[in-house]
Amino acid sequence: MSKFEFPKSITSRPVWGTLEVRQGEYHLMIAEAEGAGAILDIATPDLMAKSHLIYIPKGTDYCARLQALNSAQFYEGPSYEASLPRIRRVLEDAHMGLQVYLTGTEGMMGQAMNEVMAVGLPHTAIQTEHRGSVARRMQCVHCKGVTEDVEVDPFVCSHCGLNLFVRDHYSRRLAAYQGVRVDAEDHGNVPEPKGIYE
Amino acid sequence: MTIQFNDESFRDDYTFHNSDWAIKRFPFPFHEDSYMYSVNMEQHRGGPEGSVYEMRFDVDEHYVSEMKDRAIVLDQDPLRCQSLPHMTLAGWDLLELIMVSKSEDYPELFELHRNGSQWRWINKPLGIDHSFTFMDETTLPYGPMEYITRQAQGDFAVLDQRDEMLWMDAGMVTTQADWSLDFDIGMNFFEWHAPVPKAHEMGIFQRALKFLLNIQQGAPARRLNWTMTVNPLLDTSPENYHKWGIQKTALTPENIANKQHLRVELQTFFRLPRSNALVFPIRCYLCSFQDLMTVPKWGRRLHRVIRDLPVELATYKGFIDNRPMMLDYLSQFDDGLPTSPGVWPDLETEPPLTK
Repeated sequence: MSKFEFPKSITSRPVWGTLEVRQGEYHLMIAEAEGAGAILDIATPDLMAKSHLIYIPKGTDYCARLQALNSAQFYEGPSYEASLPRIRRVLEDAHMGLQVYLTGTEGMMGQAMNEVMAVGLPHTAIQTEHRGSVARRMQCVHCKGVTEDVEVDPFVCSHCGLNLFVRDHYSRRLAAYQGVRVDAEDHGNVPEPKGIYE
Repeated sequence: MTIQFNDESFRDDYTFHNSDWAIKRFPFPFHEDSYMYSVNMEQHRGGPEGSVYEMRFDVDEHYVSEMKDRAIVLDQDPLRCQSLPHMTLAGWDLLELIMVSKSEDYPELFELHRNGSQWRWINKPLGIDHSFTFMDETTLPYGPMEYITRQAQGDFAVLDQRDEMLWMDAGMVTTQADWSLDFDIGMNFFEWHAPVPKAHEMGIFQRALKFLLNIQQGAPARRLNWTMTVNPLLDTSPENYHKWGIQKTALTPENIANKQHLRVELQTFFRLPRSNALVFPIRCYLCSFQDLMTVPKWGRRLHRVIRDLPVELATYKGFIDNRPMMLDYLSQFDDGLPTSPGVWPDLETEPPLTK
């Protein structure tokens, strides 16, 4: 499928790349939903023989095609949260030289990137490619709660219930964009929500 | 001179006020009748006697009340003070810098007695007399950065320097012009400035970074920044914006004179000796329009600056909706006479208002 072209934005907004095969003894791949397509695009028998592939379908059905790649290890997890203990366990054993491939939504890639950095791997060992939903992971600046998969602007904070507008300001530490009360200066005047890039 | 500390509030009933002394030394930020971004850095090596530039860390009549306000903010939201694990040494550096500076610059208010690593710190305005072991966190009630910045006016961003870049890795931020430490902590210089319009395209941040990376020990620098705040509210944080944002709409032609405040930040930059971090104190000064208008030069100039400010900047600084009302008020104090160059009030030499 075609890739979404994110509009040019401010300097804190992450820029995602395109996966390519790298040399290495061991490869960790995390593909969420349409991210599976990015793995299928680069997969070679040699690469997959040295890869641990984690797939989080989120309603997509790439399982059979990914399994057919015969990766050294394959795991299908029902959600990112459910896969996280496994991801952490794999990273615990990671050696320098591990190559990481993250593909899917911005929220998943941002969070997984933090896990990889937390064990001391260099950011240069991580490749990313955005595929699928352009929904954002949003932090409410007021209550600090994170709302996943936000597709519209403004949106309702799933924790405190305030109507928040979607900023492009992004924190890598939180793996989230910032949401700020949209009607702070005119309580109750909440614009009709529309798609973030509409 | 002896400072009379005000008993005042920066919230609820807003009893904050400036004395005549505080008005005359207010760091008016416009050196000419217009404003645009610039890398307006200069050495921070004193300034005219009695000015806010004279001492390394200015202490004024608002000191005690500002520290009470900070304590309230921290009680409500401890995330306003954070330090990533590698920044503790920089915190000790900062504690030393502030204690040494204040005890030397204001010996009647602060005393520091050092015997090896056994230190005794006396802060008379806040009633603190505390002996502790330098570099031993267990002898302080808070981490070193938090301990000392609960006793120093202004916000503090402590920036780690690595890979030819500055990183916002610690801070005490309770009097900010609408940015979140909790959100921005860990960001690099370009990332935390990302939301600022225009300045990136103008190359401001590239040049500023270059300057800041080269700041040496003992050679601090400073600049001014400014915005507008309705009510003398120190805590204009994004965290509480859902509560204070509405106050902006409370401005009327009748109350604008004492409700609308020019908010000026005296930003200074000091290299820290052990950690090689850079500390970036952001000291906030507030002055009501009414008090500013007692200086004829500032009245003329503020009207011209606000009138001619590009829409983008007025929007970013959050007063685009109130600008027409501000101009209605300020125009009464602009008689069209020329103004003298520089920021100083020039009360002796500038003509009184002829309108």
